[in-house]
Amino acid sequence: MMQFGIFTVGDVTPDPTTGREPTEAERITAMMTLAQKAEEVGLDVFALGEHHNPPFVPSSPTTMLGYVAGRTDRLLLSTATTLITTNDPVKIAEDYAMLQHLAGGRVDLMMGRGNMGPVYPWFGQDIRNGIALAVENYALLHRLWREDVVDWEGRFRTPLQSFTATPRPLDGVPPFVWHGSIRSPEIAEQAAYYGDGFFANHIFWPREHTERMVGLYRQRFEHYGHGGADQAIVGLGGQVFMRRNSQDAVREFRPYFDNAPVYGHGPSLEEFTAETPLTVGSPQQVIDRTLTFRDYVGDYQRQLFLIDHAGLPLKTALEQLDLLGEEVVPVLRKEFAIGRPAHVPDAPTHESRKVAGVTR
Amino acid sequence: MSRRTLTVVSAGLSQPSSTRLLADQLAAATRADLAERGMSVDVHVVELRDHAHDIMNHLLTGFPSAGLRTAIDAVAGADGLIAVTPIFNASYSGLFKSFFDVIDGTALADTPVLAAATGGTARHSLALEHALRPMFTYLHAVVVPTAVFAATEDWAGGTVDSSLRARVRRAARELADQMVRRDEREVADPFALTTTFEELLSGREPALGLDQ
Repeated sequence: MMQFGIFTVGDVTPDPTTGREPTEAERITAMMTLAQKAEEVGLDVFALGEHHNPPFVPSSPTTMLGYVAGRTDRLLLSTATTLITTNDPVKIAEDYAMLQHLAGGRVDLMMGRGNMGPVYPWFGQDIRNGIALAVENYALLHRLWREDVVDWEGRFRTPLQSFTATPRPLDGVPPFVWHGSIRSPEIAEQAAYYGDGFFANHIFWPREHTERMVGLYRQRFEHYGHGGADQAIVGLGGQVFMRRNSQDAVREFRPYFDNAPVYGHGPSLEEFTAETPLTVGSPQQVIDRTLTFRDYVGDYQRQLFLIDHAGLPLKTALEQLDLLGEEVVPVLRKEFAIGRPAHVPDAPTHESRKVAGVTR
Repeated sequence: MSRRTLTVVSAGLSQPSSTRLLADQLAAATRADLAERGMSVDVHVVELRDHAHDIMNHLLTGFPSAGLRTAIDAVAGADGLIAVTPIFNASYSGLFKSFFDVIDGTALADTPVLAAATGGTARHSLALEHALRPMFTYLHAVVVPTAVFAATEDWAGGTVDSSLRARVRRAARELADQMVRRDEREVADPFALTTTFEELLSGREPALGLDQ
């Protein structure tokens, strides 16, 4: 079974068609509404970004995800991404173990480095150590969830003596971890080394990056003896905007695209659609395009869509969720299942890991 | 006969342009010089005007279009590079600089480069020495001693004056000297793993390749 869901970066961006900028309160509430709606329409995952600088609001992901946990029953809560470089791994271990208990195990995380130089020193770090921080901090986090008492010493954090991170992971099963990276082979290697998942951003970047990074991860996953290359755990991002009529989708989305953070005022919508996985059109077009992803990454486990950025109103984002839930995802589930070899694993969950006895 | 690749970058804006004309003469002279030494070249010409929008889009989005990717690869994989720009406001044109700004900072390391420029009068010629040469030096390219500047007066009368022709030949010879001296260029794969995880874990691996 593949998992489908949405991920949000939590940007506060004015709606370019009206000039109106939502307040932080409105944006935060809107994200919580989207998360609950994701469960209502039958999606599996809600993943939240973590940022510490405007125009983004989600600086405190476990607070928000804790709220979602209390409002949902089935939805898997995840991150996109958790900053493994600038957060104290001890606090990540504690916060997400607590969330795991409150959500009855419906929690996993995606580790990311963060790409803005000035953010690092706000937390006492230096972006030039980005990879080294990701490697050392995760090595510690990995131990904190698996060993009851940890003695530890490293380059970037004060030593730990006889430390126990509380609460211990629910049922002794550490949350599943994905590692996200756009173009750093070291991070694909890290994911493979631990037998963790690898998530390719796949929204602002051409497909070649995704293909190369996933290929490397799969090869190294097998090298480290976690299973065959096609049994590695792969997740992809994606970005869609839909209306029943594809011309309506293009017309409505264009001003948001043209003014969007990251790619606004650059390539045309048509160029960007050709060069990246962005799909603007009918639900059928989104289905067709999404099904091509496995042609270059193989059978994979998780597909997340970005639907709520660039100032799109909440009402529009909710309509996107309706289309995803009613028309797109049911077909994708069915189509992706066709021809999927039996030895390709399902996306990991707390329950499946508990059954498999993953405690180390 | 061994083969090398020579990439020619022209930042001329008009069509036809004197910048492209100079670029073609430098390429032809280099090809002729290499042929005398028993070496043939594949010449790739990159007209930056054709990629102008894509270069700006790359600056904004962080990745090249497929067409621009081909141009960048032609530069990164070249055994020799001829780079020619019009001089605007005492320096290279913005388009010329932007193109080299979107190329990986290590791509030109040890690449032989012939720098050349065009302008209205010879009073602009030192822009080659105070703008182009330092930029390529920063990129760790090997810039040949002769940089070629062609002013309007050099083209006067519809024929290239003999002193320009001599400078072109000298610069081409210097570029060819550098090209024959080197093995064929191998391009590093940015997605290749260059370390083991054990090395990363032990902290022995330098944090990032920031050696500049």
